[in-house]
Amino acid sequence: MTTQHIQLTVNGEVREADVEPRLLLVHLLRDVFLLTGTHIGCDTSNCGACTVLIDGESAKSCTMLAVSAEGRSIKTIEGMADGAKLHALQQAFWDQHGLQCGFCTPGMIMQASWLLARNPDPTETEIREGIAGNLCRCTGYVNIVKAIEQAATELRAPASTDAPAEPAAVS
Amino acid sequence: MIPAQFDYVRPAAMHEALQILVDHEGDAKILAGGYSLLPLLKLRLASPTLLVDIHDIDGLDEIIETTDGLRIGSRATHRRIHENPVVQNGYPLLVDAAGGIGDPQVRNWGTIGGSCAHADPSSDWPAVLIATRATVVLQSVSGERSVAARSFFIDTFQTAIEPTELLTEVIIPRAPRPSGAAYAKLERRAGDFATVGVAAQLSLGPDGRISAAGIGLTAVAETPFAATAAEAALVGQEPNEATFQAAGVAAAAESRPGTDAHGPVEYKRAMVKEMVVRALRSAAGRALAQR
Ligand SMILES: Cc1cc2nc3c(=O)[nH]c(=O)nc-3n(C[C@H](O)[C@H](O)[C@H](O)COP(=O)(O)OP(=O)(O)OC[C@H]3O[C@@H](n4cnc5c(N)ncnc54)[C@H](O)[C@@H]3O)c2cc1C
Ligand code: FES
Ligand code: FES
Repeated sequence: MTTQHIQLTVNGEVREADVEPRLLLVHLLRDVFLLTGTHIGCDTSNCGACTVLIDGESAKSCTMLAVSAEGRSIKTIEGMADGAKLHALQQAFWDQHGLQCGFCTPGMIMQASWLLARNPDPTETEIREGIAGNLCRCTGYVNIVKAIEQAATELRAPASTDAPAEPAAVS
Repeated sequence: MIPAQFDYVRPAAMHEALQILVDHEGDAKILAGGYSLLPLLKLRLASPTLLVDIHDIDGLDEIIETTDGLRIGSRATHRRIHENPVVQNGYPLLVDAAGGIGDPQVRNWGTIGGSCAHADPSSDWPAVLIATRATVVLQSVSGERSVAARSFFIDTFQTAIEPTELLTEVIIPRAPRPSGAAYAKLERRAGDFATVGVAAQLSLGPDGRISAAGIGLTAVAETPFAATAAEAALVGQEPNEATFQAAGVAAAAESRPGTDAHGPVEYKRAMVKEMVVRALRSAAGRALAQR
């Protein structure tokens, strides 16, 4: 089985690699590009810890082959902060205690950024449905929902006031 | 876990993909969204030697309404179907079903063609295609053929597709008006596969009685199937509670559930009856609104 050469964009940077076809995107990100913010929590595509944006659509990066990501644009948790300034979602998870162990957090934040790009003013139900593919074993979700509500409010505020770092990814 | 080794190709055109399926007959597997195939590869429950990614083939994800009905390209994702304006306006059964499949990430990437080809006994689209008497279109180097959804799903993970064939589209015929259809899914937790899933479609005659009925059940047999006894219990009857209850009883009797983590057989039969009644109430409400 021969390796294949792929080129893709990760957090705005063009990256290349020679990979076996069986390499999962999540392993490309973690083991080849050393972007270990994206986590692996299961073998069954259920937990969502590995969620990233692929061409603006949220995806479980354990459920795409690296070779299938050729030519696509990936955004991971490492692409959220603007230098030292946390993204509004990261800051909100901090402010609202939206994490305990933090294992689910990168996936939660990427999924929430997808949700807010599509629906900037979600109801609590819409938030809960929006993160239905992301499991958290610690928080009970209440503070995660509050954090997403806080970020939504901040991201909706006019840019002239307290400007958010950047708008969430647009699909 | 890491899948076993395989080769990977991403053909740019349909004829190339079809030729690859012939050249590697039996060893090649098509890769669409990957949300059923990749979990199997990771758990090493499948070990194809070649994956044929159909992502670059143009025209496979279109949704168009024609005189035949609604044609949905095999690579249309659950989300694309759910948010399509034509579907939103005229096919509430599809809206119900698409919106309830898995979780948002699954709906972003999983496709109707992959769902049908995979034929998980608990998947949602097969029940919808059976209830609406849809057609599945298959293509190979030697041409195209159409298979009725009612004979397409053969057994667990087994369909009428030959190894050299690619599923190109499904065609959902327009039901004679007034008609209504609905999907009722019982799930244990958000994002789960169905414990019981019921797709129901009714048409009403000039006398207000049910003139045609389609009921597809999922998760309660070795494969999704048509509840024909329940359909027979509906046709010619008034669309009322007694009729729906009778159809529910018939559907429970003809389902063949197994005991598993979703519950024991008696529970599932009871739920078949209840979910059939709920789907029919909603379908009838939609049909009456069309009169
Ligand atoms: C966490 C989770 C929850 C889920 N919940 C549900 C649910 O509630 N209800 C539900 O119905 N499904 C559910 N699914 C399954 C999901 O909908 C899958 O995406 C879908 O069943 C398969 O579509 P796919 O495009 O991902 O196919 P793939 O995984 O790419 O392929 C599946 C199979 O179909 C074959 N195939 C794909 N396309 C074609 C084609 N055009 N022609 C011929 N063969 C083809 C492949 O070779 C493979 O054997 C869930 C999946 C996950 C991971
Ligand atoms: S690691 Fe669990 S869904 Fe990807
Ligand atoms: S904070 Fe521990 S899993 Fe979510």
